[in-house]
Amino acid sequence: MRQVAPGIAVAALIAVVVLGALCAVLWRAGGGSGLGPADYAALRFTVVQAILSSIISGLLAVPVARALARRAFFGRSILITLLGAPFILPVIVAVLGLTAVFGRAGVISTALGWVGLPPVQIYGLHGVVLAHVFFNLPLATRILLQGWQAIPAERFRLAASLGMGAGQVARVLEYPMLRSTLPGALLIVFTLCLSSFAVALSLGGGPRATTVELAIYEAFLFDFDLGRAAVLASVQMGMVAVAAVVSLAWARQEGFGAGMDRAIRRQDAQTPLLITQDIVVLLGVSLFLVLPLLMILLRGLPGIWHLPLAVWLSVKTSLTVVLFSVIIGMAASFALSMAAVRIRWLEGIALLGIATSPMVIGTGLFLMIHPFDAPSRYAMAVTVLANALMALPFALRVMVPEMREIYSNYNRLSASLGMSQGAWIKLVLWPRMRRVSGFAAGLTGALSMGDLGVVALFASPEQATLPLQVWRLMGAYRMEDAAAAALLLMVASLAIFWLFDRGGRMDADT
Amino acid sequence: MLTLDKALITQGDFTLRADMNVGAGSHAVIGPSGAGKSTLLGAIAGFTDLTSGSIAWNGKCISDLPPHQRPMAILFQDNNFFPHLTVAQNVGLGLDPNLKLNAEQRQQVSSALSKTGLSGYEDRKPASLSGGQQGRVALARIMVQKREIILLDEPFAALGPALKIEMLELVKQLARDSGATLLMVSHDPDDARRICEQSILVTEGAATGPFDTKALLDDPPPPLRMYLGANH
Repeated sequence: MRQVAPGIAVAALIAVVVLGALCAVLWRAGGGSGLGPADYAALRFTVVQAILSSIISGLLAVPVARALARRAFFGRSILITLLGAPFILPVIVAVLGLTAVFGRAGVISTALGWVGLPPVQIYGLHGVVLAHVFFNLPLATRILLQGWQAIPAERFRLAASLGMGAGQVARVLEYPMLRSTLPGALLIVFTLCLSSFAVALSLGGGPRATTVELAIYEAFLFDFDLGRAAVLASVQMGMVAVAAVVSLAWARQEGFGAGMDRAIRRQDAQTPLLITQDIVVLLGVSLFLVLPLLMILLRGLPGIWHLPLAVWLSVKTSLTVVLFSVIIGMAASFALSMAAVRIRWLEGIALLGIATSPMVIGTGLFLMIHPFDAPSRYAMAVTVLANALMALPFALRVMVPEMREIYSNYNRLSASLGMSQGAWIKLVLWPRMRRVSGFAAGLTGALSMGDLGVVALFASPEQATLPLQVWRLMGAYRMEDAAAAALLLMVASLAIFWLFDRGGRMDADT
Repeated sequence: MLTLDKALITQGDFTLRADMNVGAGSHAVIGPSGAGKSTLLGAIAGFTDLTSGSIAWNGKCISDLPPHQRPMAILFQDNNFFPHLTVAQNVGLGLDPNLKLNAEQRQQVSSALSKTGLSGYEDRKPASLSGGQQGRVALARIMVQKREIILLDEPFAALGPALKIEMLELVKQLARDSGATLLMVSHDPDDARRICEQSILVTEGAATGPFDTKALLDDPPPPLRMYLGANH
């Protein structure tokens, strides 16, 4: 049918941009130097921090997900919603918040000072891992929670009627579930951490804590060594592609979605010890997630009324970028998901954007533009493109299943009535897709608002998005301004998500 | 007259053969579960292509036509409405699937709704109606569609027995008034007896008939007897 044509066109366009960028990188790398010792160090650091981040996130997620799965309490749904928040929280905001808690001048160091202990340090490997755990513990928890809730309530009832204790329930029901879901969750977190840029940029750095993504950026900006950047980009590409393929093959489910609505009443978990354990775990994780955000609020609020003009200008730039990313991203997602109903593998094309890290695509586009014009003139266009591409897999993850459902429910009815293509889109697809489209647009907008990636590569000193501006203020040690700008950024990201999501839901009938 | 001429329907391992002439009146399509009753209706309506043979209406071959160009209206087991559209819009789709209705068509919609006892429900969404009212919305749409064949793939199965019979009686009435041929899949031999003079038997890979419903059910062939049980 005609409805696959736009999707195929979009897929082809994505393939051209991504593969074009890759070819530009590879072509350039062919003439580049080999890997130096610093590059091997970066490669090693990238893998080590990704392994540590995924294992710590995954292991901590087990007690958190278990507590959420077996306890019904006031605020449970708020906590689960909160677990989704880091996904749309700008990295630079989280970094500032974590620094305010765990840094030299942070809450913990201050408390240690009172009892005469030296302050803790956040920069380096453990800081990078800490930030990654902050982002990925919630993700891993949501994936595991889905696993828990996929265990039928009848099984727990049967266990209770047989008089099984918590230990036996764990062995008979929970351990087998974890064995099948935990590796997938670990792999997803591992893959996401491989492409870490903004975290490494702000908490890592130096010869001992540089990721490959960061090394690409540094080869670019400090040495302007395009050949080396290209070699590193090829390394990054290979590494992420392998990890992405493995984790996709392993895990078919995602961390957000339905089925987290209620806790199962668990007879085995009613001992005082287990209740205490769950309370401690849930309080701990809430504190870990909320405290950094609270610190942003506390430290940012005083400065928010006298922010420098440059910050407000960058807000305007960012909003423009967001607007175009959302328009392009949503048009692409809509076309792709329509076509993906018939041609399944089209959904996979979006993963190209993830498998090839933003820095690689940025490098490639830079190399393509460089011979003809100053890349900084295209900074915002490239940022828009990279942001739309980056959000595409997440948008498709929610839109494609909905699209499939609509087709399977209403395709026959509309065929028997003889609806035209236009009427089908206007009367059926659009009204029924509005809710998920709003959610997807919210994700795209928030991710775009908070992204600090390709723009750092391209932007000239006088251009900046808000996240880049926050980063520059941090670099200039203007911490009060940075905190205030970060607060603004956090509010903007959440507001953008809320507005789109809300807009999609508003009097949407199902 | 609906003619299935050596029609063969294939879906994976499953095959169904049909070779029959279906005249005017009401016809039950009966047979064991999984025998292919819905498949037969799907093929007649144009949702499943024939592997071989053909389907004709009054001597004109229709087996290559898309569903909406065949002279029939169909009600499925579920999803007979778009839940986000109003009752009037859902009925109006039967007149113009692109929903650009002129004044006269809008008039037809209201009159169909008032005939089915749904005046005043025009702007409601289907989900806010009771099961019986939803059935009437479906009926109203069939009414405005004015097709020569009406296919029912158990659209009222979720209703209680009394309401289901009421709905089926209404459809039968409608078919009789407009002179349409009615084909309805049925799981319940009592429904078949009550509504349909004729029955088509779908069993063991073949659709046969039409038979006189009473005669068929009073003395069922062995496979049907197994399905119906000793009481019938």
